Amino acid sequence: MFTRSLLRRWLPCAALSLACCTGFVQAAEPIKVGLVAALSGQSAKSGEALTRGLTLAIDEINAQGGLLGRPVELVRRDDESNPAKGMLAARELIQREKVSVLFGGLDTPVSLAIVPLANQLKTPFMGIWAAGTKITENGAKDNYVFRVSAVDEQVDEALVAYGLRQGMKQPGLILANNPWGESNLAGLNAALARRDMAQAPAERFEDSDLDMVPQLTRLKNAGVDTLLLVGNVGPSAQVVKGLQQMGWKVPVVSHWGPAGGRFGELAGPDAGRVHFIQTFVFGTHNSARGDALLAALKQRYPQVKTLADVTPAVGIANAYDAMHLVGLAIDKAQDTQGAKVRDGFYAITDYAGLIKHYQQPFSADRHDALGPDDYVFSRFDGDTIVPVKP
Amino acid sequence: MITTALVSGLGLGSMYALLALGFHLTYAVSRTVNFAQGSAMMVGAVLGYSLAVTWGWPLWLALPTTLVLCAVLGLVIERFLVRPFHSRGSDAWLMATVAGGLLLDNLAMFTFGKEPRQFGSALTSLRLELGDSSLNAVQLAIPLAGAGVAATLYWVRRRTQLGLRLEACVQNPRAARLMGIEVNRVVAAAFALSTVFAALAGLLIAPLYSVHADMGTLFGLKAFAVAILGGIASAGGVFAAGLLFGLIEALVTLYFGSAFTQLLCFALVIVVLAARPDGLFGRKLWVKV
Repeated sequence: MFTRSLLRRWLPCAALSLACCTGFVQAAEPIKVGLVAALSGQSAKSGEALTRGLTLAIDEINAQGGLLGRPVELVRRDDESNPAKGMLAARELIQREKVSVLFGGLDTPVSLAIVPLANQLKTPFMGIWAAGTKITENGAKDNYVFRVSAVDEQVDEALVAYGLRQGMKQPGLILANNPWGESNLAGLNAALARRDMAQAPAERFEDSDLDMVPQLTRLKNAGVDTLLLVGNVGPSAQVVKGLQQMGWKVPVVSHWGPAGGRFGELAGPDAGRVHFIQTFVFGTHNSARGDALLAALKQRYPQVKTLADVTPAVGIANAYDAMHLVGLAIDKAQDTQGAKVRDGFYAITDYAGLIKHYQQPFSADRHDALGPDDYVFSRFDGDTIVPVKP
Repeated sequence: MITTALVSGLGLGSMYALLALGFHLTYAVSRTVNFAQGSAMMVGAVLGYSLAVTWGWPLWLALPTTLVLCAVLGLVIERFLVRPFHSRGSDAWLMATVAGGLLLDNLAMFTFGKEPRQFGSALTSLRLELGDSSLNAVQLAIPLAGAGVAATLYWVRRRTQLGLRLEACVQNPRAARLMGIEVNRVVAAAFALSTVFAALAGLLIAPLYSVHADMGTLFGLKAFAVAILGGIASAGGVFAAGLLFGLIEALVTLYFGSAFTQLLCFALVIVVLAARPDGLFGRKLWVKV
């Protein structure tokens, strides 16, 4: 009798407590977001910058209670700038780690390898550095790929326009021999054609090439007066060294590859002659949000002491804004399921970000949040990236 | 314009030749090769950078120390990755040296760091003007160093006790052993010398390129192709093939464009080997049974 009364009285309480506990555990289970980027090799610094940008945004989101009442957690994998490794890492993050959104890194070939997988597994894939046009314009009926970064086609347009403003008459292209280089070859020639200019002579290089003199010599012999460069840090530095060796004082207008590492150190004293595109540059005078982020960076990463330590700023800024946009999308979706998060991106109407004030950044036919108006030209001054005065 | 391309080609060719001479040396003495040669080159550059730049040692101390440490690395590779397998008639040394190279690359990545660094040299600022282009002292020093090493190797083999022992082991290891020559020591010395060559290549190329953990991979591969192309048993052939390969790379890029460099160079290697399976300067190896 006593036992039955005890059960009747206490069992509901126990069940309620259990339900509360379970609910609490569920609420505490983090929403995972993944990053597949170059965390080692010549572009390791880019992976570090992306990590920092994402981490700072996640810290801010978690400090305000997380998303859907759950904390956000970043899970990283190194793609070693290798498309096969990147795709394997992406598959692992989606299927094993169950990430809600995947972020991509610096390398277009790696991102292009991940795009079909993301679309097939209906997991939003947010590009935060790689600029290959086909990443977002991938032709998939169900497109889960978004981007807060530059877009090759638009960058190419900006590079040609900048070159012409500097007095370019005969451009010469020197490009990485990979899909990123090919994407820009088409884009640059299209930009030239729109201005009734002839197709430019083009040379390619491998990332492992030690000597760029033969390629540069061919371009010089073709009468080139401005080089349009598309390559990552290491080979871009080799291009500058080749120019030094040849004593060729030609202006170099570049995609943003040099910003992905220690270009100032690798290219030597002539690093500053390369003018490259960025979406954001930290300066001595920033917006209130920029100053706040710089202070947060210094606090979170004690090794950040000067502006030279926050390069490449573009990686930090793109990642920071992209993570906040992902947060807004999940908030709009009120779910972490891929299709709903994708619709959540379309539902974002307004976000005052670091790079700009985003208004309706994404729609069903526009998956790129940034455009040509958001680009700034910059150069290395020692180890610091500084804007080039227009 | 062709002058700079030629000097660049000769410089690269000398680097390939230095690494390939390492392949030649160990093959000649023991019929084995060290597939970690590319990684040994990287170790030379990384150690040189660490001693001279990170720890601030003077170059006169840092560079010889690097070469000595790399010689020790060669001894370790021979003792633990080659001898245990070769002495039992197994070819597993082949995979063991490949694995050793991967191990070195990864160790460098964890200790030295993941980012490439610039090993600046005051010599790069000393320039020789050639018409409308220029060469720095390191670019000129590389082919000279390559030729110097090849000449020294030739002299050592012909004129010194060690050289005579090496030659004896090359011709007939069993007879050499019966004559009181410690063949194992000679083989170990050959491995030490081969990694010293690789380290020298790494130290020479570092100021022109950058220092990073995977800088030796492609170099090692090309150097092996050069060794086979020249005829791995012929020191002169290997050296000549190295220079030839470097020059062809530079000239193909200059005249046909970089898209054709690897394509034409390796196609040429295949064609040459199809016509002369023992390499350009190699001779058929007769084995008496």
